[in-house]
Amino acid sequence: MFDKLDQIFVTALHWLVSYVPEMLRPVVSAMICIAFVMAVFPGVFAITTVLERKILGRIQNRYGPNRVGIPFTKIRLCGFGQFIPDGIKSLTKEDIVPRAADKVVHFLAPVVMLIPVLVSYAVLPFGKHMTITDYDAGLLFFFAVGGAVEVSVFMAGWSSRNKYSLLGAMRAIAQMVSYEIPLILSAVTVVMVVGSLNLSEIVKHQNNYTFGIAHWHVFTPWGLVGFVLFFIASLAESNRTPFDLPEAESEIIAGYFTEYSGFKFALFFLGEYLGMFAIIGLGITLFLGGWTSPVSFLTWIPSYVWFLSKLMAIVFVFIWIRGTLPRLRMDQLMNFAWKFMLPLALINILVAGIWHYMAADWQRWLVCSAIIFGAYAILGRGLMQNQNFGKRIYRYAE
Amino acid sequence: MSPFFVITGIVTLLGAAFAMSLRNLVHCALAMAVAFSGIAALYLQLDAQFVGFAEILVYVGAIAILIVFAILLTRSGEAPEKSVLTSGWMAGIAVSAMVFTMLGWAVLNSSAIPKETSPAPVATVRNVGDALMTRFVLPLEIIGLVLTAAMIGAVIIALKEDSQKSKSEDGGQQ
Repeated sequence: MFDKLDQIFVTALHWLVSYVPEMLRPVVSAMICIAFVMAVFPGVFAITTVLERKILGRIQNRYGPNRVGIPFTKIRLCGFGQFIPDGIKSLTKEDIVPRAADKVVHFLAPVVMLIPVLVSYAVLPFGKHMTITDYDAGLLFFFAVGGAVEVSVFMAGWSSRNKYSLLGAMRAIAQMVSYEIPLILSAVTVVMVVGSLNLSEIVKHQNNYTFGIAHWHVFTPWGLVGFVLFFIASLAESNRTPFDLPEAESEIIAGYFTEYSGFKFALFFLGEYLGMFAIIGLGITLFLGGWTSPVSFLTWIPSYVWFLSKLMAIVFVFIWIRGTLPRLRMDQLMNFAWKFMLPLALINILVAGIWHYMAADWQRWLVCSAIIFGAYAILGRGLMQNQNFGKRIYRYAE
Repeated sequence: MSPFFVITGIVTLLGAAFAMSLRNLVHCALAMAVAFSGIAALYLQLDAQFVGFAEILVYVGAIAILIVFAILLTRSGEAPEKSVLTSGWMAGIAVSAMVFTMLGWAVLNSSAIPKETSPAPVATVRNVGDALMTRFVLPLEIIGLVLTAAMIGAVIIALKEDSQKSKSEDGGQQ
């Protein structure tokens, strides 16, 4: 029975497709899958916006949205109806285009942002047998498609003819290019150990249990380092605090989408969050076992529930970090990427190789952990060098 | 020819044509990114997955951005007043058409190309990876070495200017 519940969406898809003529089946099946992605993830986005405001409110010792519920009743749903008026507001607002703006490029930028992000969902395994296209080179596809986002950011920043937009776009591109390297290198370790670029294959490799605990990659030394690197790089790729320099409100208004209003602004917002979900989904697939359960006695819970709950858990950590950490400076950002994360990612690839070729006993745990700790200590020292971390002196405040 | 092939081909050609003929250089660069994406789509339709993805990852993600940055850093974004076509464009088209016909004729009549087409080789990403790691491992390593040398050279060029500036600043203070 649990198996049926697990495969309910796959069964439903097969049942729906069986009603259309043979010739149209691939097209209809693709359409239903696209509709599924277009319904589920913007829905998650809507919930996340409210959740983010509520959690940030809780962290900052205030209420956050708690009014909007069902209209004409007294049911408030703890404010979780907030995304509906937000959406209606952005739909009905005037679309302002600056007179000096490059009209065509300005119009196309949010579209160019959203399309690659949506396309990247095609290879993510949301559950058991729930990959839309089970592609042999899925990981490569994901990273290749993500490359187009930079173009859209540039288009938005340049076409607005606004110095803040251009500054934000420059910052965003520099940051994305820098952090894409540790992102891809940390994913390479998984490819080395699994021996496949297929994301379903990578999940299958983690779907084994010893003493009731799953073989997730995050439970190995290289996997833990890879996951932490991937996590930090994905924070930077999705422009979240502490890497939110491209849209630093207190410095450059809203960065590359300063000159956007109404629904185009909402599209940028949507694109950014969907990109965040996609990259978290990839991180879950690579290191956190995808749709598998962490312990063997919970395998009866449907796979898509596991995927979504892991997604929401990491989104919560993202929001938590946003409420906790201050923004980095540009030089700190670059130093961290190039002097710490990149060397550590390279050493981690070496460690993954050693892990793969050593016999599976306690010795490889010892050797791999020792190399990683040593590298971490040395690189951390190198990053801290020539920097005074003493008490901060405020020149004008005293 | 499938309709998808025709559509992507037309998009690619249009992108390339706009990249050559638009006035604003940034527009040209963006049109070129469209052409690159079209070429990648063509590769994917020909089952050359690795080349297709590499095309997007390298050309759309990196080269197009690099070109755009170069344009922004070297000139202001204003479009030129004059037409982009020079006065002798008719003669240019005639000459290039002649060269194209010559080359096309030479290629079609060449004995180096086998007349009967061989069956399409299977080139999955896995095959490409295997070939790179076994038969072509030496060229791969050499390319890696050359690229590392180029990168170190670029860093040194960037460093030199900085040290000279600080030297001249020191000289000024003395």
